[in-house]
Amino acid sequence: MSRPEDTLPPDLFYNDTESRKYTTSSRIRHIQATMTNRALELLDLRSPSLVLDVGCGSGLSGEILSSISPSEGGPHTWIGLDISASMLGVALEKDVDGDLFLADAGQGVPFRPGTFDAAISISAVQWLCNAESSEETAQGRLGRFFNGLYASLRRGGRAVCQFYPKNDDQKRMISSSAIRAGFGAGLLEDDPGTKSAKVYLVLTVGGGDLSGDITGVVSGMEGVDVMDSRRKGKSQIKHGEQKGSKAWIVKKKEQMERKGKIIKANSKYTGRKRRPNF
Amino acid sequence: MKLLTLNFLTCARKTCKSLPAAFPLHPKDAELEVVETDFNAPFLRNILGRLEWDALKTLCMELGLPNLPPSAPEPEALLEPGAEMAELELERELEPTQTARDLHNLLLETGIKEGKLVCGNCGHEYAVKEGIANFLLPSHLV
Ligand SMILES: C[S@@+](CC[C@H](N)C(=O)[O-])C[C@H]1O[C@@H](n2cnc3c(N)ncnc32)[C@H](O)[C@@H]1O
Ligand SMILES: [Zn+2]
Repeated sequence: MSRPEDTLPPDLFYNDTESRKYTTSSRIRHIQATMTNRALELLDLRSPSLVLDVGCGSGLSGEILSSISPSEGGPHTWIGLDISASMLGVALEKDVDGDLFLADAGQGVPFRPGTFDAAISISAVQWLCNAESSEETAQGRLGRFFNGLYASLRRGGRAVCQFYPKNDDQKRMISSSAIRAGFGAGLLEDDPGTKSAKVYLVLTVGGGDLSGDITGVVSGMEGVDVMDSRRKGKSQIKHGEQKGSKAWIVKKKEQMERKGKIIKANSKYTGRKRRPNF
Repeated sequence: MKLLTLNFLTCARKTCKSLPAAFPLHPKDAELEVVETDFNAPFLRNILGRLEWDALKTLCMELGLPNLPPSAPEPEALLEPGAEMAELELERELEPTQTARDLHNLLLETGIKEGKLVCGNCGHEYAVKEGIANFLLPSHLV
């Protein structure tokens, strides 16, 4: 099966048709939700947090972040970046709670230092290995992304990026780029060697409480290897098997009834278009 | 886009990012909207210390919103014991103060629906449509 990453740039691949197909497929929704819950388990957010979603697409992860109940430490407030206007258009139609940005993560992360408690990225980071123009390289794009991400997280913050590496080289290139940006990094693989293998890059920013340390995140998890700059990122990737050690109840939040009220006298409500036409 | 988000957003250009003039971005021709959302006391408390209060004051001024107090409220000013439950001192019985409600309304319920955000350093204008800001940079500006 060919990888979409090898066929088209992401903003062209995720056009209106594909974005709708993607978001309505119950199979995809299920897989993305499972991975989001796994990433949340690794982020271990204990109280309502400000979370960045990189490559948020139509907001499948965001809907979960918004629906975590207070007893489970939620709900979280999130900001999503995506390069596909069509994907964001679907998110808009669903009236997600997070703020959305049309942005290329390979150009950086336009938030001031220490903005986010955490970041999540599901099935997106491998796209950064595609150069959007001849003036760019995969390394340059990954570097701008991870440097920007690192700076935008608060000390002690964490990020979990599930991604689909094309091969071991790409897996190494992505992890070492994160490490070069300053992150403590660990790779976790669920169902390794199978068709449904999933790779999670768990990243920590030092300087906060002890639990922000990568060793704290993965302690007790079998087969997770910790890489850090001291070990020069020579990653021996191993696999962990502890799946779903904590039951995550994904509650579908009732679509809240919202009343839009315009403040400025000279403005009027305009019906939502299919997608913003930039 | 929530006003909360604007308090964290900078110009995306590498040459601007770390410069003081690139934050906060300045709204232009902004059309605001208010979308009700659930009050979330622990979130408000979490985010309070991270706000750039001066930037928020500037923003309110530029949008023609009521003036903010000179400095950010203390976390303790967000919740007060509910009238009947005062003696139990249970956190869940605490009620948001007017300060907390105002802050919630300003940061999480008020947003820019249409307009532009302008960088005070390079003058680049980021369009906002249907609440979504376009931060894609042409490659020569990256
Ligand atoms: C497989 S989808 C995943 C969407 C969402 N995270 C989910 O789990 O449903 C990959 C997403 O990454 C986005 N993407 C690809 N390259 C990107 C980039 N350079 N910057 C931001 N988003 C990007 C695509 O537009 C697409 O929405
Ligand atoms: Zn600028």
